[in-house]
Amino acid sequence: MTDERAPTPAPLLQIESLHKYFPVQKGLLRRVVGQVRAVDGVDLELASGETLGLVGESGSGKTTLGRCVVRAQQPTSGAIRLDIEGRDPIDLAVASQSELRTYRQHMSMIFQDPFLSLDPRWTVLDIVSEPLRKLQIVKAGEAEDRVRALIEVVGLEAQHLHRYPHAFSGGQRQRIGIARALATNPKLIVADEPVSALDVSIQAQILNTLKDLQQEFSLTYLFIAHDLSVVEHISDRVAVMYCGRVVESGPTRRLFHQPLHPYTEALLSAVPQPDPDRRSDRIILPGEVANPANPPAGCHFHPRCSYARDICRSEDPPYVNWEEDHGAACHFSTEIELQGV
Amino acid sequence: MTTSGSAPQAGPNTAEALLTVQGLKTWFHTDDGILKAVDGVDFSVPACSTLGLIGESGCGKSVTARSILGIVPRPGRIEAGTITFQSQEQGSVELTAMDPTGREIRSIRGREITMIFQEPMSSLSPVHSIGNQLSETILLHMSVDRREAMERSHELLDRVGIPDPGQRLQEFPHHLSGGMRQRVMIAMALSCRPSLLIADEPTTALDVTVQAQILELIRELQAEHQMAVLFITHDLGVIAETCDHVAVMYLGRIVEAGPVREIFHNPRHPYTIRLMESIPRLGEERSRLNAIAGTVPIPLDPPAICSFLDRCPDQMEGVCDQAMPALVQLHPHHSVRCFLHSQEVEGP
Ligand SMILES: Nc1ncnc2c1ncn2[C@@H]1O[C@H](COP(=O)(O)OP(=O)(O)OP(=O)(O)O)[C@@H](O)[C@H]1O
Ligand SMILES: Nc1ncnc2c1ncn2[C@@H]1O[C@H](COP(=O)(O)OP(=O)(O)OP(=O)(O)O)[C@@H](O)[C@H]1O
Ligand code: SF4
Ligand code: SF4
Ligand SMILES: [Mg+2]
Ligand SMILES: [Mg+2]
Repeated sequence: MTDERAPTPAPLLQIESLHKYFPVQKGLLRRVVGQVRAVDGVDLELASGETLGLVGESGSGKTTLGRCVVRAQQPTSGAIRLDIEGRDPIDLAVASQSELRTYRQHMSMIFQDPFLSLDPRWTVLDIVSEPLRKLQIVKAGEAEDRVRALIEVVGLEAQHLHRYPHAFSGGQRQRIGIARALATNPKLIVADEPVSALDVSIQAQILNTLKDLQQEFSLTYLFIAHDLSVVEHISDRVAVMYCGRVVESGPTRRLFHQPLHPYTEALLSAVPQPDPDRRSDRIILPGEVANPANPPAGCHFHPRCSYARDICRSEDPPYVNWEEDHGAACHFSTEIELQGV
Repeated sequence: MTTSGSAPQAGPNTAEALLTVQGLKTWFHTDDGILKAVDGVDFSVPACSTLGLIGESGCGKSVTARSILGIVPRPGRIEAGTITFQSQEQGSVELTAMDPTGREIRSIRGREITMIFQEPMSSLSPVHSIGNQLSETILLHMSVDRREAMERSHELLDRVGIPDPGQRLQEFPHHLSGGMRQRVMIAMALSCRPSLLIADEPTTALDVTVQAQILELIRELQAEHQMAVLFITHDLGVIAETCDHVAVMYLGRIVEAGPVREIFHNPRHPYTIRLMESIPRLGEERSRLNAIAGTVPIPLDPPAICSFLDRCPDQMEGVCDQAMPALVQLHPHHSVRCFLHSQEVEGP
């Protein structure tokens, strides 16, 4: 689809028809017996400076999508166009490692626990400066100064620089992870469940910090989370994934108030509300999260959907944009009255 | 069995409570000093009701639960306090006085009081079939034969909503999804019709739609089995959804307790108030959250002053840094531990 709204600048990131399949192997010979369609045809756009929240159940493909965007993983097919001001646009999906090299500094990732993948013998200085060293962005002598500045930006103290990860609390570690993600002065940050492992009081601190940093450095976030209240709080727009696909996306308020997909409705209804007077009649979805290695025919959501009719069992609903920027993949989006919050 | 109809209390002792914990202290004697994980906890759980125990990571929720069951890991030890339980078979018993490995406690633990955990795999054996594990539990505690135990297992799986129970009985835990494993855990915990179920973060690892299923299941079964539940979580939403009474823990102590509406609509302790303000709520627009500054300290040889002091925006110099406030009843059903509400100091 081409964008005809001429005055709006080209999006920072444009994902088109993205697929990422993993082989399913069996037996001693590791024969390929099938495919996990982790990401199965995703279209998304991110404007510069905005936050797109990505929600969906475990295994719906959120992390895989995020990893494809920063090219921690090579997509099976599709396009991921990154358009940084002052540079030629690049298709990350097909770029070679040497082409990628000069673009890596513009993107980074924040993880649920940044230390799970790191050497416990590294100091904070080693951890935060690693992307700088790897991409040779600053001279050896300058790295420490930059890290010192970053550490303060995220609300830690320079005296922490030579300590090891185990000496920090969960919230402090996440701050170090954020400092590392900011090291190369990126435009785009993929944050994969950055507050999920944190206590509520610390979660609020980190969410505030992420918002402040976005303002200060005009960052664009792809914010992955399963907590819908958190996503509503931080996102300008939201995309809901189910079984490898985006089943609904739109401006946060609209999507939360007037969902267009039955899965979004159920997801919103399932969130326990911190208000004992609102123990409402919630929609309890039957059945289990769909398996992307063996998705149901027709609409992937049909075995759990209370609105399903015959057509849903055989025909895959296309994604349709109903109002400018708010769309869904459901045969009956315009016919059924769905409940929001 | 005592079925209390009157308004139950989450605060200090009630005569008719199914479980009463008083002055519980469970400490870990570590190389770095004494870690006072639980340091004077009081609450009671009336029969058939649900008490929510809420608090941040490390405040002592799981250690409290383990103390009740007599399964505190080393180097931990119950230092003080009483845990009184109204046993259907033995009458009123004092759990801390029992030998943690003896017969007396084993006839209560796993039978009259059972527990489910956040990660079901930690209490399911990977090498035995679901059917074997379920029926073994039943055989251990009830006078039935093997065939009856298997039949009861089948019924239980069916009741907790596991499709095709006959097939599932023969499968192993790793064949099941997280939600299904939690259902098996619940089936196992309920197999001997306990009067108290301790649920330690039973839905934290689950997706929100699956969490809704499990919470609904626990609620239904609670009504069906006339069972009390001690529900441990850090999720205020889950508490509001499931509990009659709430006890808020901070650093090894209860800082506030009361009926769920009272705690959510009229919180009095500075920590509870800030906790309520720090969470984003669905459908609410706020550009910034009111975060609580600082982090929860580690209770290694803590001084005898208010433990929330260094994070508390309402602290009073010369008062809060001098002594530990006592947990005091403001109203018959609402207790608070804070010098803003009472001058009373905690005893030694
Ligand atoms: N390297 C891999 N090899 C094979 N399958 C994979 C691999 N990575 C992910 N998958 C599968 O792809 C699907 C999507 O996984 P992904 O981690 O992207 O989900 P998610 O939405 O991030 O879930 P969660 O909320 O649990 O983090 C899952 O079925 C997963 O098992
Ligand atoms: N085996 C142990 N040895 C030493 N300290 C321990 C041990 N088990 C728990 N602790 C300490 O006791 C305190 C309370 O731990 P507990 O597991 O009860 O916390 P919790 O409230 O359940 O937290 P979470 O929400 O993270 O489960 C913590 O400071 C913890 O580090
Ligand atoms: S297409 Fe049918 S099954 Fe799918 S979400 Fe819409 S109504 Fe439900
Ligand atoms: S006793 Fe003082 S420091 Fe502690 S919570 Fe109350 S006001 Fe705050
Ligand atoms: Mg993930
Ligand atoms: Mg715990």
